Amino acid sequence: MAIYGTALLAFCLLTGLVVGKLIGMLVGIDDNVGGVGVAMLLLVVISGRLQSSGRMAKPTQSGVLFWSSIYIPIVVAMAASQNVLSAVSSGLLAIVAGTGAVVVCFALVPVISRLGQAVDTASFDETDIQ
Amino acid sequence: MIEFWQAIESILIKNSLVTAFAFIGLVVWISYALSSQVTRGKMHGSAIAIALGLLLAYIGGIVTGGKKGIADIECLAGIGILGGSMLRDFAIVATAFGVRLDEFLKTGLSGIVSLFTGVIVSFAIGALVAYAFGYRDAVSMTTIGGGAATYIVGPVTGTAIGASSDVIALSVAAGLVKSILVMTMTPFVAKWIGLDNPRSALIFGGLMGTTSGVAGGLAATDERLVPYGAMTATFYTGLGCLMGPSIIFIAIRALVG
Repeated sequence: MAIYGTALLAFCLLTGLVVGKLIGMLVGIDDNVGGVGVAMLLLVVISGRLQSSGRMAKPTQSGVLFWSSIYIPIVVAMAASQNVLSAVSSGLLAIVAGTGAVVVCFALVPVISRLGQAVDTASFDETDIQ
Repeated sequence: MIEFWQAIESILIKNSLVTAFAFIGLVVWISYALSSQVTRGKMHGSAIAIALGLLLAYIGGIVTGGKKGIADIECLAGIGILGGSMLRDFAIVATAFGVRLDEFLKTGLSGIVSLFTGVIVSFAIGALVAYAFGYRDAVSMTTIGGGAATYIVGPVTGTAIGASSDVIALSVAAGLVKSILVMTMTPFVAKWIGLDNPRSALIFGGLMGTTSGVAGGLAATDERLVPYGAMTATFYTGLGCLMGPSIIFIAIRALVG
């Protein structure tokens, strides 16, 4: 039944949020640290186990897949409920600070991508010798 | 006629989440039609839908003067639920279904590096801009730097180190600008920065950090990248709130006195 999949998803998110809250309390901040990430790992591990042992029926899967497929509309709704007016009319300082951070971090994506790969292949790869 | 509209409106308000499904469905449908008819598929339907969503949020802000975009219009309040953190996080976790565990783990180290780099670089840029605009005390510089990280890190940091309320407001605004820019600009820069595989998406999430920005930006670029970027971004705000009032504040205070 589809509800099994949706309930599994709910279980993963709630458990993740509890763990995230605990991590937050542990390091002394009143915020959820990585709860969603923990939930994602949980879902990957649990659903992977269930699938490989053949205990994840099609309807159960559809109970998860529906929420994954409705992701974009949810993000559109999220965009539509942002405080855009405040961002647009925030004055030059906020716009420059926000834009600066975005531009530099965009530029750093390929830098860190390459950095990691260089370490990964740091053996006797001839193409690396320069 | 007015009575007739009031009757409809009361139904829309009473069933606000259902109204949101219908309304967002319409927005998405228009966006995908625009994508295929006007841009001939050159611009992703989801990118147009997100841009349209932001435009609606702007209009909502002007009409109502509120903070929740179009969701401040009473009969569209359900959009605030549909797009709120509860269902957003629920859907983000669902996108991880079918991902293999080793795909997360093998980029783990780069993910951690990108997280620290993202937080420190954003703080540094925000603080520099604050300095250039005349905010030259360590408290204001750190707070505005936090805003350049995310619109949650800014006020959390500012409150912890005792920033004034106008500086905190500035930091929230800087975070909002960042989040909206990441949502809209990511599909345009994706090619240049090599954002087309799980590995770079994971690094992207760690560098950008803003959950809403990453969620929207990756959805507009390629939906399959979402779980990877969201995975690292979910640790960013926590890390920022942790480092901002401590190490980063101490470092900035040491620099400007």
